Amino acid sequence: MTDTPTTAGTAAAVEPAEGDDPQIAYPRTEWDDYEIVPPTTSLSNEKLTMWTFLGSDCLLFGALISTYLLLRNRQPLSGEESLRAADLFDIPFTSVSSFVLLMSSLTMVLAVSAIARGEMERCKLWLLTTAAQGAVFIAGQVYEFTSFYREGLGFTVSISSSAFYTLTGFHGVHVSLGIIMLVTLWAMVNRGIIGPERAETVEIIGLYWHFVDIVWIVIFAVVYLIP
Amino acid sequence: MAIITDQPESPDLPDSSGPGIELEVAEPDPHGDGSTRTGVFARPTHATGWREWLFTVDHKKIGIMYGALALFWFLIGGLEIGLVRLQLWAPDGEVISADFYNQLFTMHGVTMVFLVIMPLANAFANYLVPLQIGARDVAFPRMNALGLWVFFFGGLFLNLSWFLGGGADGGWFAYAPNTGMSFSPGHGMDFYALGLQIAGIASLLGAINLLVTIINMRCPGMSLLRMPVFTWMILVVQFLLVFALPVITVALILLTFDRTFDANFFDVAAGADPLLWQHLFWIFGHPEVYILILPAFGVVSETLPVFSRKPLFGYPIVVLSGAAIGFMGWGVWAHHMFTSGMGPVSVAAFSATTMFIAVPTGVKILNWIATMWAGKVRFTVPMMFSVSLVAMFTIGGLSGVMHAIAPADTQQTDTYFIVAHFHYVLVGGALMGMFAGMYYWWPKAFGYHLNDRLGRWHFWLMLLGFNVTFGPMHIVGLQGMARRHSVYGEFDGFEFWNKIATIGYFFMLTAMVILAVNIFRTWGRYRRGLEPGAGADPWDGRTLEWAIPSPTPEHNFDYVPVVSDVDDFWHKKYQPDETGKLRRIAYGNDIAQLGDQHPHLPSPSYWPIVLAAGMPLIGFGLIYNLWIAGIGLLLLVGSMFGWTLEPATDPDAGHGHDGNGDHHDDHGGDPDGHDDHNGVLAASTANGEAAGD
Repeated sequence: MTDTPTTAGTAAAVEPAEGDDPQIAYPRTEWDDYEIVPPTTSLSNEKLTMWTFLGSDCLLFGALISTYLLLRNRQPLSGEESLRAADLFDIPFTSVSSFVLLMSSLTMVLAVSAIARGEMERCKLWLLTTAAQGAVFIAGQVYEFTSFYREGLGFTVSISSSAFYTLTGFHGVHVSLGIIMLVTLWAMVNRGIIGPERAETVEIIGLYWHFVDIVWIVIFAVVYLIP
Repeated sequence: MAIITDQPESPDLPDSSGPGIELEVAEPDPHGDGSTRTGVFARPTHATGWREWLFTVDHKKIGIMYGALALFWFLIGGLEIGLVRLQLWAPDGEVISADFYNQLFTMHGVTMVFLVIMPLANAFANYLVPLQIGARDVAFPRMNALGLWVFFFGGLFLNLSWFLGGGADGGWFAYAPNTGMSFSPGHGMDFYALGLQIAGIASLLGAINLLVTIINMRCPGMSLLRMPVFTWMILVVQFLLVFALPVITVALILLTFDRTFDANFFDVAAGADPLLWQHLFWIFGHPEVYILILPAFGVVSETLPVFSRKPLFGYPIVVLSGAAIGFMGWGVWAHHMFTSGMGPVSVAAFSATTMFIAVPTGVKILNWIATMWAGKVRFTVPMMFSVSLVAMFTIGGLSGVMHAIAPADTQQTDTYFIVAHFHYVLVGGALMGMFAGMYYWWPKAFGYHLNDRLGRWHFWLMLLGFNVTFGPMHIVGLQGMARRHSVYGEFDGFEFWNKIATIGYFFMLTAMVILAVNIFRTWGRYRRGLEPGAGADPWDGRTLEWAIPSPTPEHNFDYVPVVSDVDDFWHKKYQPDETGKLRRIAYGNDIAQLGDQHPHLPSPSYWPIVLAAGMPLIGFGLIYNLWIAGIGLLLLVGSMFGWTLEPATDPDAGHGHDGNGDHHDDHGGDPDGHDDHNGVLAASTANGEAAGD
């Protein structure tokens, strides 16, 4: 058929030897059912999804933090001084609310560990504690925003204020979503929808919660502490 | 949160999904095991007619719908630019106003990039990735459907601006502050920012889903370096999407806040830096270029070996250069900004990286040529489109390297030379690849071939029209004709080549009409029984999707395939004899799986389309009235809860149809939103039960 020298894996197939029984190329094997094929990696689909999403979210906060760093000291071209967010920071207050948020990571770990051991009551307790600490943080942020606003730092006042409120606001939205998820988890555990066999669901929400905490460490360091 | 009602014992009807919908409703508790059922409406078990499409979670139907939507937007985007070409037919054209001209070329670019090429790639990815890796579906079928419907509403929202005061008019890259309120006071840019935001959510959903699918759901034996190149390129693209989309999300958020809430991000008087938008946009925008082209590279890496009857030359090199393009694509964005005044050091650095990225691309082109070399090339329609991709993309790639030389680029910036370049890359590259894929996989998706003669007409008119349209743009571009100007002067010397380009446009339009005729005519003939069926393996294919019947059965594979090689299916058909010569030992049609098993599949769901409908409401709310946004938000959040609490099974599960479908009532007590199927926890419990059989 062809003169090119052929080896296995190159071109030029010769027509078939006739008479062979056609068989199914992929018949039933030990893997015959999809339910028994394990995930290719050691991570479940759900957990891998959360990791991927968090990787994506890193870029979201990366872009927001870069924007803030670029704009935080910008002043109007007219030469008049506009109020910057950094002029009003109350480091001790924010330190306390940051501490509360970071401690919530501890209680989150306790919740995950409790459900892994099948201690549902403890799990519920720690889930609510975590959500409550998140709520304290959000309350602190609301207080901070209100007091800044009273001191004249509206969202549209200066370029630095726009960038500050957008960055911290987006983090606040993330924390709030986390609280909603935690409370929902609590309700689902409470109603028996989630039992010890689905401890991973709590762990995955925990991943999100820790991520939000870590992002706050970066924001607190970069935005509040470094002048 | 009244939406989460606990009705474990009542067969609640799909009351809020419109009149006239009658779906088979799940029995409240078919197992008698008291499993908890919550949710607003019970999950439909199966639906027929149009509902089958609206509520489906089947990756194949979703893929086909992506494709159909993309072709529809392709028509719209093509007609938009037709008006532009008519305007440029003669000097001082008076066909349309300058303002309308701005809207047309902006919406043309946005439509073609976000509503045509990306969803076309998504169509192929959705349909083929699970087939190529031997999976039953994607990792999260409902999320997949959600991606489709969010994309649908996003595209609709974006284009409704035509009827609500005019389309976006700031170019597809929407440079702020030019797109701020002072220079673009209409609602067009609001629709742009919010519409792209919605489309971006769709892409992110799809990207995470496909990424997890490819990483985690490969069949036994399918190691990364045994994956088909198309799946590989889709994997690279999903990584690019996952990391690029949040950046444009931030850019669009800043723009929306500026326009809607009077923030100051792009207000130069307040001290803004106009380069902020450009950096954010192009950090997304350049990976986006590879998001557009890599799927087409994947398609031709499938078709060229099949139609040359040779394995892909240097398979690992092609894969790795694809991954290298993905990595390096992050380091070249500022070559879009050589004339922005960012300084000679940055310009030199980005100039160098831009030249480097041509290397892996060139490697791929050489590998494709080497694949065809000494092969038994069959010039079928998909092969002709594939070869034209190699040739046309090379032209576009070479003019791209010209732009890497910054001083030359300074002269070419904002001229038609750039327009010519990226159309050679995106039409000659991406679109030709997508057409190749359409003709190649059509028999797999629908069971019959598109007409060959019409396909050839389509191809030749397309190739001719494409070159006649965009070739002359190189010339007028180097002569200095600026982009985005609605008129040129009588004595500028641009008239002749612009007339040629407009003529070329009509060649391409004719080619598209022929494609449409081909699709509808062949479909009609097939339905009347006049077209022969294609058989499982019409092209003598190499990858797993050809090892199952055409059209693909709903459950994809009867049994999980176990592979041991690259191009595993080819090796099932050809084996070396004692002299080392490859001999055919079987025909694909004979050894394909029969498609006669009936396993339990994930049920359709109302929630994806309901949830997606909340997003355009939020968009309208941000533009017109925040109350509308509140309604949208309620719909969104309520749907999320409904989704999470939806029972994830159908009542037939566990009835054990024919002994080897699904033995396991795995999801019965598992009203969880996360594991539609193949959930690990469910699978592990099912494992225990299977052991008991």
